[in-house]
Amino acid sequence: MQPTTEQRLWMYRHMVLSRYLEERIESLYMEGKTPVFNMAKGPIPGEMHLSNGQEPCAVGVCAHLDPEDIVTATHRPHHIAVAKGVDLDAMVAEIFGKATGLAGGRGGHMHLFDAKVNFSCSGIIGEGLGPAVGAALSRKLQGKPGVAVAFMGEGAANQGAFHEALNLAAVWQLPVVFVIEDNAWGISVAKQASTAVPRNDRRAAAYDMPGVHVADNDVEAIFSAAGEAIARVREGQGPTLIEIETARLAGHFMGDGEDYRPKGEKEGLKQRDPIPRYRKQLLDAGLLDDASDDTLVEGAHARVEAAIRFAQDSEFLPPEAALEAVFV
Amino acid sequence: MTTTTSAGTRKLTIARAMAEATAQEMRNDPRVFVMGEDIGPLGGVFGNTRGLYDEFGPERVRDTPISETAFIGAAVGAASDGMRPIVELMFVDFFGVCMDAIYNLMAKNTYFSGGKVKVPMVLMTSTGGGYSDAGQHSQCLYGTFAHLPGMKVVAPSNAYDAKGLMTAAIHDDNPVVFMYHKSLQGMGWLGTEKGATVPVPEESYTLEIGKAAVVREGHDVTLVSLAAGVHHCLRAAQALEDEGFSAEVVDLRSLVPLDRETLRASVAKTGRLIVVDEDYHSFGVSGEIIASVVEHDHACLKAAPRRVAYPDIPIPFAPTMEQWALPNADKIVDAFHQMMLS
Repeated sequence: MQPTTEQRLWMYRHMVLSRYLEERIESLYMEGKTPVFNMAKGPIPGEMHLSNGQEPCAVGVCAHLDPEDIVTATHRPHHIAVAKGVDLDAMVAEIFGKATGLAGGRGGHMHLFDAKVNFSCSGIIGEGLGPAVGAALSRKLQGKPGVAVAFMGEGAANQGAFHEALNLAAVWQLPVVFVIEDNAWGISVAKQASTAVPRNDRRAAAYDMPGVHVADNDVEAIFSAAGEAIARVREGQGPTLIEIETARLAGHFMGDGEDYRPKGEKEGLKQRDPIPRYRKQLLDAGLLDDASDDTLVEGAHARVEAAIRFAQDSEFLPPEAALEAVFV
Repeated sequence: MTTTTSAGTRKLTIARAMAEATAQEMRNDPRVFVMGEDIGPLGGVFGNTRGLYDEFGPERVRDTPISETAFIGAAVGAASDGMRPIVELMFVDFFGVCMDAIYNLMAKNTYFSGGKVKVPMVLMTSTGGGYSDAGQHSQCLYGTFAHLPGMKVVAPSNAYDAKGLMTAAIHDDNPVVFMYHKSLQGMGWLGTEKGATVPVPEESYTLEIGKAAVVREGHDVTLVSLAAGVHHCLRAAQALEDEGFSAEVVDLRSLVPLDRETLRASVAKTGRLIVVDEDYHSFGVSGEIIASVVEHDHACLKAAPRRVAYPDIPIPFAPTMEQWALPNADKIVDAFHQMMLS
């Protein structure tokens, strides 16, 4: 399955948008945190898990999704939220904890919910799988269109929730696709030190579903694999497991010294940064030139800056609003 | 939504009342469906889904694999997508394998969405011991669930309340944990508290979640409990009446929200408080009930409050040990005697 020109440019634009958003978050996050790094300080306190390097997974999958389709994402959610079409202003405001945020500041960057595009994420490894299976069941029972995609890191494949959810989805033949973003590290523990199989797509065999492996963080290979899997679930042919080799260009969270990485690994990953690679691919194919690239990048930057201004200009809810929204 | 307090003469067990409420809601609302272990053709290990599979079929009455994390998580996903699932955690003791789906997803998604995502689901689960099922199949854990914010918690003592609370739980746009006590279910093999099987109207009705009931009026002492404990209190009240004392019995019915007003009004009247709880003694329901009264008005008490609760030990198997540890009417009467002596 090959993307159209329009899909190629959509994927590139959303990778650029996500990357620039994270670059801006990275610099704003560090405000107030130097010279002494204190996670509670600055305009964006708390943990911050950047997804730069993993953008191909988000755009290659979400290029096939409509707003009605359900996505559950992880503690590292920004690239997927951007690709799924989450309201960028409200998302950034939530990351800042502001009243105009998706949850008025009750959730923060690991708990982004945008019901308009059926997006949610959570901070616990493997937690989104059950809800994705249930949303898929909901669509089946209601006879309504829409499929579910559960994103997870490779570490989640060692959680019980992973195995329970895959089995349940397979037993009930539900329209759900499981997407593993394999960035090779569970915080500081390497995949080969934690996982009995070299490739998690092989685990699909245990649940009698197709298992697909995508190498080298390749945007169009991801697009193709996801497109085929999503087409199958739309036709009612049951779930698929996809594992994508991707790259975490940053630490597990900001402040991570990354001393556990082998020497030279990070530099190597940066040389294989998927965004310049895809830009070159599009330039070589004649789908992009320097001028149109500049326009696209400037547009993405302007959109991000507008969202950041919106967040910065927004107020905080009064603290006692913390007592609201426990129940509806 | 119809509400009625009229009770006919047809008696039902709690199990039958739960199944009837569920069936009536499933007829009215195609969004309601049931999932859990052995809730299909078997009708639930404790009888509370009996008849549903035959009437509604396997799509809406779904036997699940033994995968509580997956199917409770799935219920959260389905509820967030517009369905109204009812899921069963067969024994509350099993919460250990799936608590993440319960307290990190079910109970928090509404908050994390600023109230925009509703999670209208019922998690029904069996509680209680007394039949030598040992320490992983006999707990109540009321306090564990009530402690964690974001989920309502109900625990009926009789079939009339069970039907009304079940219907209200299904209607509720929030997650509701429906804790039913095995000794009240009307399953012969568990032994059955006769007082739980009461007249239940055939028509649908709701009981407001968060309202306690004064099930016996009195003026010398307030006995507060829930579920099976209410029946111990009623027997104790009868014994005390034979001694010339008048005990008021408050059936909490709901832990979240907790009806502190009814509690405080009763203790303000009687001046004495004994809390009866089959859950563990420390850090639980009994402490919360006493605090709710005392922090509001300590001067209303004529004596220090007392509690008759399960000791802080795992539940033992041997009947001699388990029965020794469980609350009962004699212990409540003893607590009252000590209160009057001190």
